[in-house]
Amino acid sequence: MTPLAIQKPRKPAMNFLKTRELGIVLALAALILYTTISNPRFLSGQSIRDNLLNTAILAVMATGQAVVVITRNIDLSVGSVLGFSAFTVATMMSDHQGLPMIVAIVVGLAVGAVAGLLNGVLVRYGKVPALVVTLGTLYMYRGIVYQWAGGSQVNADELPAHFLNFANDNFLGIPWLVLIALTVVGGATLVMRNYRVGRELYAMGSSPQAAELAGIRVARNLLGTFVLSGALAGLAGVLFAARFGTVDASAGTGYELNVVAAVVVGGVAVFGGSGTVWGAGLGALLLTVISSALAVLEINQFWQQAIVGALIILAICADRLVAVRIARSLRKRDAHV
Amino acid sequence: MSETSSGVSGRPDLKRFATWDTAIIVLTVLVLVVASVVVDNFGTSRNFTFMVLDLMPILLIALPMTFIIVTGEIDLSVASTLGLTSSLMGWFWNHNLSIEMIIPLCILIGAVAGVLNGFLITGLGLPSLAVTIGTLALYRGLALVVLGDSAVADFPFNYTGWVTGTLGDGSIPNVLIPIIALAVVFGIVLHATPIGRSLYAIGANAQAAHFSGIRVARTKFWLYVVSGAVCGLVGVLWTLRYSSARADNGAGLELAVVAAVLLGGVSIFGGKGSLPGVIAGVVLLTALQNALRLEDVSGQALNIVTGALLVLSVLLPNIVTTVRGNWQRRRLRQSAAR
Repeated sequence: MTPLAIQKPRKPAMNFLKTRELGIVLALAALILYTTISNPRFLSGQSIRDNLLNTAILAVMATGQAVVVITRNIDLSVGSVLGFSAFTVATMMSDHQGLPMIVAIVVGLAVGAVAGLLNGVLVRYGKVPALVVTLGTLYMYRGIVYQWAGGSQVNADELPAHFLNFANDNFLGIPWLVLIALTVVGGATLVMRNYRVGRELYAMGSSPQAAELAGIRVARNLLGTFVLSGALAGLAGVLFAARFGTVDASAGTGYELNVVAAVVVGGVAVFGGSGTVWGAGLGALLLTVISSALAVLEINQFWQQAIVGALIILAICADRLVAVRIARSLRKRDAHV
Repeated sequence: MSETSSGVSGRPDLKRFATWDTAIIVLTVLVLVVASVVVDNFGTSRNFTFMVLDLMPILLIALPMTFIIVTGEIDLSVASTLGLTSSLMGWFWNHNLSIEMIIPLCILIGAVAGVLNGFLITGLGLPSLAVTIGTLALYRGLALVVLGDSAVADFPFNYTGWVTGTLGDGSIPNVLIPIIALAVVFGIVLHATPIGRSLYAIGANAQAAHFSGIRVARTKFWLYVVSGAVCGLVGVLWTLRYSSARADNGAGLELAVVAAVLLGGVSIFGGKGSLPGVIAGVVLLTALQNALRLEDVSGQALNIVTGALLVLSVLLPNIVTTVRGNWQRRRLRQSAAR
């Protein structure tokens, strides 16, 4: 086997064969193939559409989470931020029926960004570990929503039609939700791969101290990362409200687990510095397809969570294996020099 | 990170170490005193029983969690282990096993769940955060597979009654006995034995601990097994308390436990913290919740307080350290100028 590191002329096709994402693509393909053979309806237009719509919200949140995890942090508050944003936007739209969709999206993004900014400030300037900060704000943001909403909820019939239709409307044959998710995942992947700020985030995740010493503007990047994660969770809140129509204070409770699961299954290492955003997007897709495949295969739905758990463990075992192999090949290369 | 200058090392560190623990204990006592004066029915023995029952699961799981966090690791699968054992308890009961068999079996199954965590973390060297997020989903998933969304409720009354009952004259709840017994054992192990000291050493610097002859991997492995077994026990107690075995029992409890442990002054990076602080943290959270409920404030409002306290528990000591460091540096500069 040729060591990964000394392969000089990089052929894109060859590189893809060695990526961690290939494993997810293969798993996804195998799953879809198997399910389709036992029930061809699984690949019907409606089924594909449902799967993609269900993935969209998770993928948007997984994008923000992936970027945060790549910098060796974590954002557990995303589920609560989603709830906050969903309830804010739903209340706003039911009070002002005429507001266009774009306003809802901007407000959702803004609410999330502010929540994310608080996380970032506490992590960076308060020197409080991200796990502690976002666990704390998970409670706080959720508590604020409950305090505000009480037992009330916004029902679908109180929301303007154009807001609810957004979740089902298409643009060039693709649902808006999917389009937004694709844009978010694609854009973030591109920035993380090809732009300076993206590479800086990987550097920060690989070694926070080294990144600081190398003159990377760690503070700015870190704040930006948490703002991004918050804003995307806010955006997910808008999509959630539009898709489900009924929003109460508990919207998005426990979502953080699914989001982290998607990111980890997607090959982003929890210790930062490696993994890709589109991998996390694939992770989100895989988790969604699994749950719908279980329904199609008439397997007890209760297996779903156990399978997700097993997948997470499998994914980190695979990451570990890859890391060990890379370390070995690096050592071999050094021995030749 | 501000290191104190070598001439005065030791004492300021000691003082800083004690600050948050002491503060949280004082705050807890204060809340208890104020609540019993201000809040109607807070100080009654009936309410005391309810409070003890409420804090039981969090406190019991917080004991091994403190050990684990002191070594710099984490276990997020605790509540799912609880759910799994609760589910299995119902399943065994439906399959006509005797309750005297079921209880030790459930504790054993909890320990086995801990063995899997411990093996993945120490045997394969995987990060505990990721592993236990995985087993959080896995164990809860298995709990659902075992029992689905049904519930088992017909447990024998002499057991369910014991858990919710009180001793003798009715002022001391029965469950206080296992709580105190376990808390004392864990407290002695952590603060008065070589094992306890080795946990702090592992948390402060695992590599140095390893070179000092501490069997780091083995120690951590057993911590997860103990944590699993305690969760199994809590699963049993939880099921008996509500006299209902359900797959979603204790869902989300892991966050409350971690919050209480960190609130009690244990550092998420390991190597720091004390059990009295953690117990105070648990009591504080439960007492606040209880008092607010008696005052008809929604329990969810407490989430804001919990979250804020959690962040402050790390933020405040950091601010104090920074301010003290700045102050010390200025004093050094002044004395140098003189």
